[in-house]
Amino acid sequence: MDKETPDNEIEDKGILDGTRRDFLKQSTLLTAIALTPSTVVKAAQNGWDEKIAAVYEKVPITMDVNGVKHQLAVEPRATLLDILREQMDLTGTKKGCDHGQCGACTVHVDGCRINSCLTLGVMVSGKKITTIEGLAKGDQLHPMQEAFLKHDGFQCGYCTPGQIMSAVACIREGHANSEMEIREYMSGNICRCGAYPNIVNAIQEVKDGGQAV
Amino acid sequence: MKQFQYMRPSTQQAVLEAINKPGTKIIAGGTNLVDLMKRGVTAPDKLVDINHLPLKSIAATKTGLHIGALALNSTVSENSLVMQKQPLLSMALKAGASPQLRNMATVGGNMMQRTRCTYFYDITMPCNKREPGSGCGALEGYNRMHSIFGASPQCIAVHPSDMCVSLAALDAVVIVSGHKGERRIPFTEFHRLPGDHPEMDNHLAKDELITGVEIPDNNFAKNSYYLKVRDRQSYAFALVSVAAALDIDNGTIKQARLAMGGVAHKPWRLIDAEKALIGKSVSEESFKQAAEIAMQGAKAYEYNSFKLKLAPATITEALKHASGLV
Repeated sequence: MDKETPDNEIEDKGILDGTRRDFLKQSTLLTAIALTPSTVVKAAQNGWDEKIAAVYEKVPITMDVNGVKHQLAVEPRATLLDILREQMDLTGTKKGCDHGQCGACTVHVDGCRINSCLTLGVMVSGKKITTIEGLAKGDQLHPMQEAFLKHDGFQCGYCTPGQIMSAVACIREGHANSEMEIREYMSGNICRCGAYPNIVNAIQEVKDGGQAV
Repeated sequence: MKQFQYMRPSTQQAVLEAINKPGTKIIAGGTNLVDLMKRGVTAPDKLVDINHLPLKSIAATKTGLHIGALALNSTVSENSLVMQKQPLLSMALKAGASPQLRNMATVGGNMMQRTRCTYFYDITMPCNKREPGSGCGALEGYNRMHSIFGASPQCIAVHPSDMCVSLAALDAVVIVSGHKGERRIPFTEFHRLPGDHPEMDNHLAKDELITGVEIPDNNFAKNSYYLKVRDRQSYAFALVSVAAALDIDNGTIKQARLAMGGVAHKPWRLIDAEKALIGKSVSEESFKQAAEIAMQGAKAYEYNSFKLKLAPATITEALKHASGLV
């Protein structure tokens, strides 16, 4: 996380320095002037200028999601969670509170667990994202997924993808050395069914099993 | 969320130029800002992403420890230099938020976070901080989480940070960069009391950027403790928190640093209580006396009078932990 590599994924300076919209407005205005007056009036009435500008305001980003490179155009306000679910059909990552309080949206960005609901997609361009869909190897479940099944680490299952992503990170970070430590470092994931004891058991088993996570 | 323009200027100079325009906000970790934007509490026209600026380093200097504004809360809390030289900061950071949020939140962003007063967050409620002149919903509302020190009739909100409480105790200095060059602000003077302008959380000018903090070297590493009391054991804002740091020689206190969180509009440094501890022996009695001094001038509201007992008890307990009595 200490790397200071400059992020050069988006080369389009027009977007990054904020001049693109102004440029576009000017250029569409120039086009409009060249048109007949009635066309200009019609364009203005239909709000085309704004619509055209909105399309171009989508920012191109690249993301490696679960090992596959994607090129996308996203609105700056789109969160990583909404991009994963709505644009990429990766609905394993859940929207719980949508305000960073429940952890259902937890994914890994460059190996670190984060809340995807509070992460803007434009800010993770060029990064490596892992979601719950990226943990299994084909039909072979990840050890943490197996452990959650074995220990009944869920009831309704809605928080489970976030719990599992957090649980994997918890072990990788070295914060799964006791029940107390696991509970503290899993506190960002809320389970309203109250499956906590079983979640802790699942994490302890994977930790004690010494398998690579 | 309102649409906005996203910018990522390539240099610090370009960032300073960009932020000096109305309706523009800086985004770093985004953990607080994106939440506030989703709720409509704030609606900037432009966001300036500063994450690529080279402000992430943590390094020892001749006189202390320098931490870049973009160092992540998780990185700082587990950094070996921080744990060795300033364990109080590490403890405070680990007491805040969740592991996921700490992986996103930066040191500068933590300082800039807004209050979690529910009247500030609820845009249907009056709030002088969100909308100056609209009134304070908390003053006669459900003010359980609110201030007991330094409030004004305009605002009784508290600052939510744990990190800032430890930095206030440790005599940290905030380094900011602006058009006129660099400025160094003592941490205790960075945040402000609400007074007649609760919309202003701190003294950072509109065209300034926090570039880092410096913590002067001290002899507190052996006897530091951050105690946070909250409604659940983890992942909740403080009802009351205390950062305690002692320099003890043969059972006698040579120097003391104390600051409280969850009690004021800014991290609440307890200078008089610190002075009262100097020369005293390590004992529960001297800690209780200091706590009593610390509480002078406290004022509770309808639902937070429990803090008048909780705060001194937390000070005493934090000092017991810091000194090794427990």
